[in-house]
Amino acid sequence: MRFVDEYRDADKARALSARIAELCEPGRSYKFMEVCGGHTHTIYKHGLEDYLPESITLVHGPGCPVCVIPMGRVDDAIHIAGQPDVLMTSFGDMMRVPGGRGSFFDSTAQGADIRMVYSPLDALKIARREPDRQVVFMAIGFETTAPSTAMTVLRAAAEGVTNFSIFCNHVTIIPAIKAILDSPDLRLDGFIGPGHVSTVIGCRPYEFIAREYGKPLVVAGFEPLDILQSIYLLLRQLAEGRSEVENQYSRVVPWEGNPKALRVISEVMELRPYFEWRGLGFISHSALRVRPKYAAHDAEQIFEIPGGRVADPKACQCGEVLKGVLKPWECKVFGTACTPETPIGTCMVSSEGACAAYYNFGRFSRKRVREATR
Amino acid sequence: MCLGIPGEIVEIEPDRSDLAKVDVSGVRRAINIGLLEGERLEPGDWILIHVGFALSKIDEAEAKAALEFLEGIGQAYDDELAALRDSSIDRG
Repeated sequence: MRFVDEYRDADKARALSARIAELCEPGRSYKFMEVCGGHTHTIYKHGLEDYLPESITLVHGPGCPVCVIPMGRVDDAIHIAGQPDVLMTSFGDMMRVPGGRGSFFDSTAQGADIRMVYSPLDALKIARREPDRQVVFMAIGFETTAPSTAMTVLRAAAEGVTNFSIFCNHVTIIPAIKAILDSPDLRLDGFIGPGHVSTVIGCRPYEFIAREYGKPLVVAGFEPLDILQSIYLLLRQLAEGRSEVENQYSRVVPWEGNPKALRVISEVMELRPYFEWRGLGFISHSALRVRPKYAAHDAEQIFEIPGGRVADPKACQCGEVLKGVLKPWECKVFGTACTPETPIGTCMVSSEGACAAYYNFGRFSRKRVREATR
Repeated sequence: MCLGIPGEIVEIEPDRSDLAKVDVSGVRRAINIGLLEGERLEPGDWILIHVGFALSKIDEAEAKAALEFLEGIGQAYDDELAALRDSSIDRG
């Protein structure tokens, strides 16, 4: 009863919950995917699934950028970090992500110089201060972080900082959603659209989901009420036979996104022909690389990249979890061999991964435990 | 890294119009506001920050709600604030 006890808007939540129940057609089941890791967090933390009718299932999608990095790219980054004079910089979230031969943390123990930074601008600052080192920034994330990386590259180019480069692993959300829609494993009824990614890309890029696949999508905020309201809006569309893109989070997300952010991304980066996603495999035009114009700041041009593919550990089922085919607790190693302290898969490493969110918040939900042991 | 965190603008850097001094849960750091083209920003305005850059301007009520959400999620927000505390993109 966490939600009702703790949440200040409990009355509104109960009212929404009742309206959601009214909209559900008897005998029909509904599957909605929340794409963003932040939403997964809210759902587990507040036990939102317990406030929905049994006929609604929330499926967790691939929206955690740390979770979708394939092991081979981690190995490539560690290889770069091992080159003479290289100083690698990374967001803290990446440090424990396992590659085929260990994580960033493991390689610092073996002598590699890998430093945590808050912002790519901090990495650029290190490059200015240490002109004798090759400073590489491990660039990861969806469209929420890509503009920051792009702005930093532009700044490095403008200032002529020649010892700064990025190892670009930025991914784009739309092709991942399309891959899931095209996957035969999963039948979805609609999407809870990501909040912060949409502040950059806006709502228009989702329109093909409504138009070509006939699935409604509601861009949602991160509070429990936002998510309940988005589920209500999805159900209302289905009940009325509509499939549209709606913006529940318009107080933050403009319909057109952030044009300047989109412009700087496209100035510095271009689409790769294909990119490997953990769990989803190779997806065409789903990731960004540095344009030749900025090759001087592209680690993939400066260093030799092994580019090996590494299969995920056999026991790990992150792939199924990322596709929404398995719930975290259905994975064979969840909570036993794989915990946030000793993660095997990426979904347990990042605090926004579905497994970590469920491990930290969801374990005590009686309803879920009942389902898990059924 | 993926968390958007709200901050209140304390001042716009006089000689760098793309930098603002911002207060995030009591931590004051320089934040790049270069992506908010066309927004007139002034002290007291709230912004949503991702990895050192403001991505959108938000109102105070939204900022408060977002902060409540972040404070509720615990460790991940603490880590983000700790990282921000170590950040110093203004100097150097």
